[in-house]
Amino acid sequence: MELPNFISRLMQQRDIQMRTIWVRLHLDAPLLIGILLLTLYGLLVLFSAADQSWAVVTKQLGRFLLGIILMFIAAQIPPEKYRVWIPSIYVAGIFLLVLVLVFGHTGKGAQRWLNLGFIRFQPSEIMKIAVPVMIAWYLGAKNLPPRFTPLLVSAILIIIPAALIAKQPDLGTALMVAAGGLSVLLFTGIRWRWFVIFGGIVAATAPVAWLFMHDYQRNRVLTFLNPDLDPLGTGYHIIQSKIAIGSGGFFGKGWFNGTQSHLDFLPEHSTDFIFSVIGEEFGLMGAIILLVLYAFIIGRCLYIASNAYDSFTRLLAGSLSLTFFFALFVNIGMVCGILPVVGMPLPLISYGGTAVVTVLTAFGILMSIQTHRHIIKT
Amino acid sequence: MRQYSTLQNPQQLKSLFQRRLWTITLIIAFLFLVLVVRLFYLQIIANRYYSTLSANNSINLAPISPPRGLIYDRNGILLADNVPAYNLMVIPNIVPDMPKTIEELRKIVVLSDDDIKLFNRQISRRRSFQEVPIRMKLSEDEVAKFSINQFRFPGVHIQVGVVRRYPFANDLVTVLGYVGRINEQELGALDQDNYAGSDYIGKIGIEKYYEQQLHGTVGYRQVEMDASGREVRTLKTISPIPGEQLYLTIDSKLEEAAIQAMQGLSGALVAIDPNNGQILALVSMPAYDPNMFVNGVNTQEYKKLRQDPSQPLFNRAIRGQYPFGSTIKVFLALQALQGRYVDPKIQIFDQGEVKLGSHVFHDMHKHGWVDFSKAIEVSCDTYFYLLALKMGIHPMNEIIQNFGFGQYTGIEMNEELRGLVPTPAWKQKTLHQGWYPGDNLNFSIGQGWLLTTPLQLAHGVATLSMRGQAYQPTLILKTIKPDGHVTIAQSRLKPEVKLDDATWDGVIEGMVQVIRGPQGTGYRFGRPEYSVAAKTGTAQVFSLRGEKYNVAKLAKNLHDNSMFITFAPVDHPQIAIAVAIQNSPEAAKIARKVMDYYLLTEGHWQKGALNGTT
Repeated sequence: MELPNFISRLMQQRDIQMRTIWVRLHLDAPLLIGILLLTLYGLLVLFSAADQSWAVVTKQLGRFLLGIILMFIAAQIPPEKYRVWIPSIYVAGIFLLVLVLVFGHTGKGAQRWLNLGFIRFQPSEIMKIAVPVMIAWYLGAKNLPPRFTPLLVSAILIIIPAALIAKQPDLGTALMVAAGGLSVLLFTGIRWRWFVIFGGIVAATAPVAWLFMHDYQRNRVLTFLNPDLDPLGTGYHIIQSKIAIGSGGFFGKGWFNGTQSHLDFLPEHSTDFIFSVIGEEFGLMGAIILLVLYAFIIGRCLYIASNAYDSFTRLLAGSLSLTFFFALFVNIGMVCGILPVVGMPLPLISYGGTAVVTVLTAFGILMSIQTHRHIIKT
Repeated sequence: MRQYSTLQNPQQLKSLFQRRLWTITLIIAFLFLVLVVRLFYLQIIANRYYSTLSANNSINLAPISPPRGLIYDRNGILLADNVPAYNLMVIPNIVPDMPKTIEELRKIVVLSDDDIKLFNRQISRRRSFQEVPIRMKLSEDEVAKFSINQFRFPGVHIQVGVVRRYPFANDLVTVLGYVGRINEQELGALDQDNYAGSDYIGKIGIEKYYEQQLHGTVGYRQVEMDASGREVRTLKTISPIPGEQLYLTIDSKLEEAAIQAMQGLSGALVAIDPNNGQILALVSMPAYDPNMFVNGVNTQEYKKLRQDPSQPLFNRAIRGQYPFGSTIKVFLALQALQGRYVDPKIQIFDQGEVKLGSHVFHDMHKHGWVDFSKAIEVSCDTYFYLLALKMGIHPMNEIIQNFGFGQYTGIEMNEELRGLVPTPAWKQKTLHQGWYPGDNLNFSIGQGWLLTTPLQLAHGVATLSMRGQAYQPTLILKTIKPDGHVTIAQSRLKPEVKLDDATWDGVIEGMVQVIRGPQGTGYRFGRPEYSVAAKTGTAQVFSLRGEKYNVAKLAKNLHDNSMFITFAPVDHPQIAIAVAIQNSPEAAKIARKVMDYYLLTEGHWQKGALNGTT
């Protein structure tokens, strides 16, 4: 009874392994194709947004290639290794965040960068991956849904890095990190009721916190709630962004023809507000193509999550997919005026290095989960 | 209510996860739908509305630069203010032919090549409909000429702006530094938003150190523009927040008295209130007029300043690194007494030289029988040579470093240098040589590699006057925010130099004798009615770090620098002064004038006496 079963399973494994070169490379073809299409689309838009500057496009392409290499490396590492490394990576990340607060390089009034001499990087970016991975690691070994103590520990594991990043101050990234950690909790099957209670607690403590805040901190919160109050014109950003998208119509004004961005009415049009350029130049059609590409990628990621072989990898895959969705939803939502403005790039499209590298590394981990399950499964 | 067993099987876990995954997928799909609906609304339903807005889009943000914070001295005398100036501005996208316009403009107003270079660089930085200055501070004559011809220059106009002015000109540049036009390098490092409308930035001195506070926060005007980029009307204005007002600890009258006393000389003077570390005067002579740097000094004038042999651009008070000369002896004397290396009562016989191996170290004078106090009074080299041999380098280094020498004082200026206190380790590292006993002897009379800035020296003597209680030297009295909020700068204590009372008494007595004693080396100071302690120093140097001058031009006896440290009144010190004068023995005389002004003319002597008794 046992023996034939074992043999047939062995053969099945072999069959799956041999089936395709992709598995041997530990890459997931559909996901990779989705990423490449999305990036190509992004570079096309960037070329227009950056006033047809080849320098900008090649620089972004270089970052993308670096990200692809990291993705490839991340995909080769079996999830078991991640399981072993995670606690030290998490602790190292916290340590780096403290270093940033102490020695960090100040850019635009906030300390985010750590200068290593040859490279400057934001440790908070590492935490975008490290926090969900850490929570998945911790809860992956517990019974699910988690009871009170594991929940409390998870909350602390999320709050420490989020608070350190918020102190830099970088509210957008802090939110992303917290969202990444919380998204794991969503997948553990804890009652939705907990999220409602949690939201209630936040809402209840807000007025108390307000009393203890400095004026400038209050201003920051007010600006967050009502962009029109921002003297640097965040409200202006939103107005111009809506005009850009709205004037695009169904087919758009055409490549290079967006007046909003090219006449400099639209600020930050290569970075956080690049979606407005898509909306203006490629219209609703272009925006929907983008959304379809995103949906395809997220669908594939969720498929990987559902096929993952144990609790840890399931939670990890689920939360990485959800974090990716969260980033693009917040960005697009902000640009079309249904969410408040927080500094957050459009994943794989916005100009900028660190985010590209982080996102692609996360995809590498997802690919690792997908391509290692057949070998390890017993 | 569902029950979960303690041990779950993988299938259970998996199905729990997959149920949740389905829910989340549905939520994600729903949120995608929200985005699509929103985009459909913006791009299809409201398309006509937004297209119209886009076609007429004309709302723009014009930055309003905040007025720079004013700077006052401790008595509220204005040291730096902003005055109106006429600037010539260009809106690039209106100008039909830029090279021709510039060529024509040059016939009417003075445009240097530097102006045009800066203008071209700025054009590439700003948006094409934003005005860019081409010439700052037009003369009245130029304003009149341009106004008549304005019709010939579309896109060029005169704007009334403000420009920094330093009413004291040369006299306070040592402290204030100056602002200048923002250059490309600075632009890269700046907060672009906040400097969107600013043309000036602090370049050195207080203006640089307090750039952030002085600059303020930019304001904005939402303006409506026509198709060509001309402003039609202002829709909304967000006022800029002016920079903070700065009150310095400097007493500008005292500063001027010092400058008056130092006319024609090269050197520096620093006066500190020892009770709190506040710097009362910080003088470097000769100086230069910061006003000419505000709009970019022209190449010729700058060349002249740089090539001037008296080095006016060199801030000697914080960057001049001078040998201590004999001023170091008072600090070493403290250590000698504290460490019981000498009995203050025992006299030695000074023959005018000390033999060390084959080398003879000379004293300029033969002082005969000399005890501890006398050694300070007459600045007896022989006495200190013997002391140095007895002490060795480490105790000497220790005391010198405890008084803050060889370290940055932390004054609110980025340009400060820190002098040099040589140690055996330093010598090994830089010169690859061991430390010789002869080095100890040089050290004991403040020669060799020892270097101090006048600021450090003033800080050292201030600490000494307070019997070891050290305050961080500071230039800031208070700041006033635009909302009226006043921040009084607190004096900050540095680590105390802890020595016995007898030690302080012994050395300060010696310093009093420098002025009062029959053979006191401070005779040039004269004998004022207030009690005063001092020490002279002479440094035989032929070149000063960071400075070059032509030795051959000067008579031999003028080569020596004179150094002078002093504080008064002795019992309840109100002022501590360090003076370094190059190639002239005038230091003591200058210190006297400054001290008289502060204690007598300004009346701080009485105030001190009052404080001292209560």
